[in-house]
This record gives sequence, C-alpha cells and structure tokens, in this order.
Amino acid sequence: MIVELGHFALILALMVALVQSTLPLWGAHRGDARLMALAGPAALVQMALVAGSFAALTWAFVVSDFSLAVVVSNSHTLKPMLYKVSGVWGNHEGSLLLWVLILAVYGAAVAWFGDNLPDRLKARVLAVQGMIGVAFLLFLLLTSNPFWRLALPPLDGQDLNPLLQDPGLAFHPPFLYLGYVGLSMAFSFAVAALIEGRVDAAWGRWVRPWTLAAWVFLTIGIALGSWWAYYELGWGGFWFWDPVENASFMPWLLAAALLHSSIVVEKRESLKAWTILLAIMAFGFSLIGTFIVRSGVITSVHAFANDPERGVFILMILAFFTGGALILFALRAGSMEARGVFSLVSRESALVANNILLTVAAFVVFIGTIWPLVGSMLLGRDLSVGEPFFNAAFSPFMVALALVLPPGAMLAWKRGDIGRSLRGLIPVMVLAVALGALAFAMQTGRTALGPVGLMLGAWVGFGAMADIWARTGREGVGARFARLFRLPRADWGKATAHFGLGVTIFAVSAMMSWKIEDIRILQEGETFPLGRYEVRLDKVEEVQGPNYTSTMGWMTVTRGGAVVAVLNPEKRIYPVAQMPTTEAAIDYGFLRDIYLVLGDRQQSGGWAVRSYIEPFANWLWAGCILMALGGLLSLSDRRYRVAAGARKVPAGVPAE
Amino acid sequence: MIAFLKRWWADCPPYALALFLAVTPAWAVQPDEMLTDPVLESRAREISRDIRCPVCQGETIDDSNAPISRDLRLIIRERLVAGDSDAEVVDYIVARYGEGVLFNPPAEGANLVLWLAGPALLLAGIAVALAAGRRRVAPDVVLTTEEESRLKEILKE
Repeated sequence: MIVELGHFALILALMVALVQSTLPLWGAHRGDARLMALAGPAALVQMALVAGSFAALTWAFVVSDFSLAVVVSNSHTLKPMLYKVSGVWGNHEGSLLLWVLILAVYGAAVAWFGDNLPDRLKARVLAVQGMIGVAFLLFLLLTSNPFWRLALPPLDGQDLNPLLQDPGLAFHPPFLYLGYVGLSMAFSFAVAALIEGRVDAAWGRWVRPWTLAAWVFLTIGIALGSWWAYYELGWGGFWFWDPVENASFMPWLLAAALLHSSIVVEKRESLKAWTILLAIMAFGFSLIGTFIVRSGVITSVHAFANDPERGVFILMILAFFTGGALILFALRAGSMEARGVFSLVSRESALVANNILLTVAAFVVFIGTIWPLVGSMLLGRDLSVGEPFFNAAFSPFMVALALVLPPGAMLAWKRGDIGRSLRGLIPVMVLAVALGALAFAMQTGRTALGPVGLMLGAWVGFGAMADIWARTGREGVGARFARLFRLPRADWGKATAHFGLGVTIFAVSAMMSWKIEDIRILQEGETFPLGRYEVRLDKVEEVQGPNYTSTMGWMTVTRGGAVVAVLNPEKRIYPVAQMPTTEAAIDYGFLRDIYLVLGDRQQSGGWAVRSYIEPFANWLWAGCILMALGGLLSLSDRRYRVAAGARKVPAGVPAE
Repeated sequence: MIAFLKRWWADCPPYALALFLAVTPAWAVQPDEMLTDPVLESRAREISRDIRCPVCQGETIDDSNAPISRDLRLIIRERLVAGDSDAEVVDYIVARYGEGVLFNPPAEGANLVLWLAGPALLLAGIAVALAAGRRRVAPDVVLTTEEESRLKEILKE
C-alpha cells in the first residue's frame, strides 16, 4: 500500500510540475499576478509529493519488501541498515528518484527563500525548474520506474554490490547529485533572464550563491568518490580519468568558472552574456554526464545498469534543454549590454583568463572522453583515450591557471597594476622556488613533476595568504592582525578555497611522483623493506564477517625496530552477491600513508603482497575539504543575508 | 544513434548487472610475472600503463586481472628481454591487437583533432576575449564631434 502511495505521489508530482512549468510562464508573459503566484505553491507541493515518494521507496528498502524489483536486485535481509538505506540510491531507478527529489528541493528553496526576487523573474525561474522536473519525472515513470512490482516475489534479495557497501560511497551519490542538480538553478536563472531580456547586478547576486552551493557539493562528492576509490579498490590510485569520473569533473570545472564570472556580473555588471552562456553549459555538462553514465555508450569501469532506450531519452532531454537555451541565447544575448568597462590589466581580465582556462580544460576532458565514441561512429576506428592523454593535454591548463591565480586575485577592479600585485608576491615567489629547489635536491633522480608541483602549490597556497594579508591595510602588524579577523567572510572564503587548491595541486603531484610501490611473494613470518620501513607478514587467517567471509593478513610495520602500525589487509567474499573484494589496510599519516594489499595464495606457498608508500595522500583530501570550506565561508557572508532583506537598496552599487 | 546503441548493447551482454561490477578489486601484476632486472621491469610497467586491456571496461593491462592482460604483460616482458625498444614492443602489440589498445593515441592523422582541440580553443578564447575587450573599452575613449559638443553643453548647464 505504501509503495502504491509512493507511485501515485510521483504521478501527481508530474501533474503539478506540468502546471508549474506552464501557467506561471504564461502569467509572466501576460502580467497576470495570480498565475505568477501559482509558481511558488506548485514548487512546494511538487517537493512534498516527490519527498513522499522517496520516503515510500526508502520504506520498501528498510522493511525489505521483495515484491519490488529494485529491492530484490539491490538489497538483502542480512545487509546492515545503513546500506539498506543507501541502497535506495545505489541503483539506477532509485538514484534518479533522488535526482528528481533534489531538483524539487531546489525549486522549493527558491519558492521559500525567494521573497526578494521580482515576481516575474521568480515565476519564470520556477517555470523553467518545473520543465526540468517534467522531463525527469517522465523519464523516471516511463523508463526507470522504481515502483515496479514483481508478480512472484522471491524470499530474499540479490544484495547490493559489496563494493558499494561502504560509508564513503553511501554518501558519494547524494553529494554529487546536490551538485549536478544545483547547477540547474543557475540554468533556470539564465533562461529566465534570457526570457526577460535583462541581467543586472542583482541577478548576479541571486545566481552566485546557488552556483557556489552546487560547486561546494560537487567538490565534496568528487572528493568522497576519489577517497573511496583510493581505499577500496586496492590500486593505490585516486583518479583514473574514467568517463564516469570525467562526467563529474567537467561540471565542476565549469561551475568553478561560472562562480567566478558571476562575481564580475555582480560587482561590475560586465561579462553578462558570457556568464549566461556558461550557466547553460554548466548544466548542459551535468546532463551530458548523466547521459554518459546512464546510457553506457562510452565504456567505463563503472558498469552501471544501463540500456540504450534510457540513453536516447536522456539525449532528447539534453537536446531540448541545451538546444532550446542556446537558441534563446542566440536571439537575446545581444541585448545584454555590459555597463562596466575594464582595461586589459584588471581583476576582470584575470577572471576572464580564469574562465578561458577552466572552460578549455573542461573541453579537453570532454573531447578526450567522447573521442572513442567519435572514433567508432565517425571514423570507424577502435580508439581509446586514457590517463596518459589527460595528463599531457589537461595539466598544462591547470599549470597556467595556477601561475596566473595569485597575481590575478590581487589585481584591482577596473584598472590594475600588474607590477604592484607581483611586488606583493615576491616573498611568496622566493619561498615557492626555494621549496621546489629543496625538493629537487632531496629526491633521488626522478622526474621534475614533484618539485614543480610543490612550487606551484606553494605559489598558489602562500599567494592566497599574501592576498588576504594585503587586504589588511598598511598600518602596524598588530592593527593588521586585528583587521584580519574583521574582514568579510567572502575574503576568508576566497583565501581558504585558493589555499585549498594550492594544497591539492601539491598533493596530486606528490602522489604521482614520489609514490613507492613494491610487489612480492611473502612467506608468513617473512620481512621486507618498504622505503624507510620494514614490513612483516605475521600470519594469515580466515575470519567470518556479518555478510561475508574474509581472508585476513596480520602485518606489522616497523621503523628502526619500533612498531609503527599493525595492519590487517583483507580479501573478502560476499557469498550472496558471489563477489570478492579487496580491503586494503592503510596506516594514515601526516606525511605518508602506508598502504598494504593482500593478494592470492601462491602455489609455491606464501602470499602475493602489494604495498605502497603514498606520500601526502591526506593532503589531497584536506585540500578538497579546504576548497569546500572556502565555498561555505563565502556562502555564509553577511552580504548575502543583507541582500536578502535589502530589496529597496538601489541597484548598481557594487558591494566591496 | 539508436542503431548504434542497439548494436553496442547486443555486443556487450554483461551490462544487465549492477553498478561497478567491472571493477574487479583484485590486482594485476603478479609477483611471478616480474622480471628480476629492475630496469627492464620498470620499462615493462611504463609500457603496460599505456595499454588497454582488450576485453575490459577501460582498464590498463597493468590494473586488469583478465587472463589476456596477463598474456600481454608476459609478451611485453618477453619482447623486452629479447632486446626490443619500447616503441618496438608497442608496435608489436598494436600489430596484433589493433590501435584500440593504445590509451595514448599518437598525435597523427585524425587524432590530431583530439590533441589540438584544446590549444586551438585556447587561442580562439584569447582572441575573442581581446576583441570583446577592445569593443568594451572603445566607446569610453572615442567620442564623435557631435557627442563632444553635446557633452560641452551638458557640462555648461
């Protein structure tokens, strides 16, 4: 019964979304206040209905209702409760329901918090948001209905893929979706602005927080996925340039570009048309990502349950929304006149450089991702594109971005002085070069990647510190410190996020260049050297887990005779899913992780063992957390809250 | 497009399974395959990181534990021991398994589009930004004589 109610609520939500996407739009066109006022309540009702539907599906998973097809193929009575719940979105149908739920929540948030929006703009934004809702609710109901019953329910389910039974991955999809779908807000605002034919500073101020929130969620989601791949897959890597990873990375890059260009719209009323285009592209890439993941046209290690019918449907959604928005853009972009002018050397120009580099980088990822498809469809050739291509073709743009970031961030608006911002960075430059040289001298005859990465990371990271310090004025050190803590949170957000980027750049290059790997056969009781450590395999034993059996190794890591850690790498077998998994054992450290993987028993006796020293691995996740934290700090800035109540403040006064 | 998807679907039956099934978590290079000469072994690893496992979903033969990947890893080591250069080893594999095994498509022929797309777009972006910048600054400086006289009038008032 609950399941049927959920199913019914979903169909009702589709009806409400249809109303939300048409009548307010008509009302805005005719100037009919009553029709426009319909948008808000419709968005709230749609959210309530989708939430009810999602709750019904969650209920079915919690009580293991095996009359539902999705529950049978993704759950099992013995599974821990956390994974019963995360199993709701651990499959195609449920994850799309989550997608639609988040979409409806964003729409409801505009209805709820959007009192200060002009009625017309609000009606149009909610109508566009409603259209996206219609498209995805149709997709859900027609091709991927999670409420499909089975005539003959089995006694037990087939279990969730054991690799997904992990806390890191339980929360990875919701964060990614909050990010992907968050970009739909920027898209809806962009299309609404195109229909209105005007963009002003206030528009920039409404779009920016949504983009920022979406970017923060994407950052967290991608970092969680990467962290999971690192500790769960047992390859010791953190990023594989897999099409599905790229699908989340492209919107991240474009969202980063968008949140910077919307600053220019808000403060300087410039780059309007470009910002609109970027908003369309950012959401377009979210849809392309959904297409890549759900259609399976591009081979990926993430073999999602997918089929061509669904792929074609998503392609149609993609064509309708991006195509329609781009046509609208072509018709209306000319009317978006810039008011603020700026010279070639200015903060605006630096942000344009940021936008060009990020967009081109996203495009390189895109073409690398679809090239195998182009090869097979247009060229009739079997082509592959992998890590070596991306490392060579993508990295230069990131290096350029890192080089221009610190001086660009310190330039003045409108007309800057490059010499002055570089002079402020001389200590940072000296420090970065010195650190790079030190690293080059200390490492033993390997590539230049590590030292260069350290130099760039230090340049960006300490550059962010120099930037915020420069904002404290020219008085005594005490007065400057006092002022430092009175700076707006947006300044702190900027510095924190840029510092996090520096940490991430350093950690990525450190892990790529200074990793130590060892593969060998080890007898029980035998010891081998690993970097500065010695590792001993004490014993291997069979252990019974809650829904798996495990072959567990006991390994002791020592350094100069002192025990550093006792680690238990495992090989598990999940009998229900008939699947083996490898559980790497990791000793997390500030400067390095010790990463041990137990392999197969050898015919000659002994065990295959693969071990790594992963330098600065924790810095990578810390860098991502700092970037997300920077975004949150900016989001909590007083100006956004003031803006919410300051409807009557004359527009065009740039906040500084 | 639909025909392509259907054909693709027919070629690859195992997809009906759930998420991530293709990620077999066990690991690839087995200790018994490795060469005792560390220089040759590290060259073999370098090569195998750029070769795609022909039967997997986008894994390198270095990561994959499919039997054919093991065969390919052993072939690479055999050729290296026989004295081949890295390029000769790669050519040997491409000749037998097709160019689809190369994760790093060589920058020649149609692949030039792939390699040059980024730099080309960068140049185009810079050109557009400079042109737009010039347009934006221009009205600030240049005034027609009419506008100039009008400006004088306004300033007099």
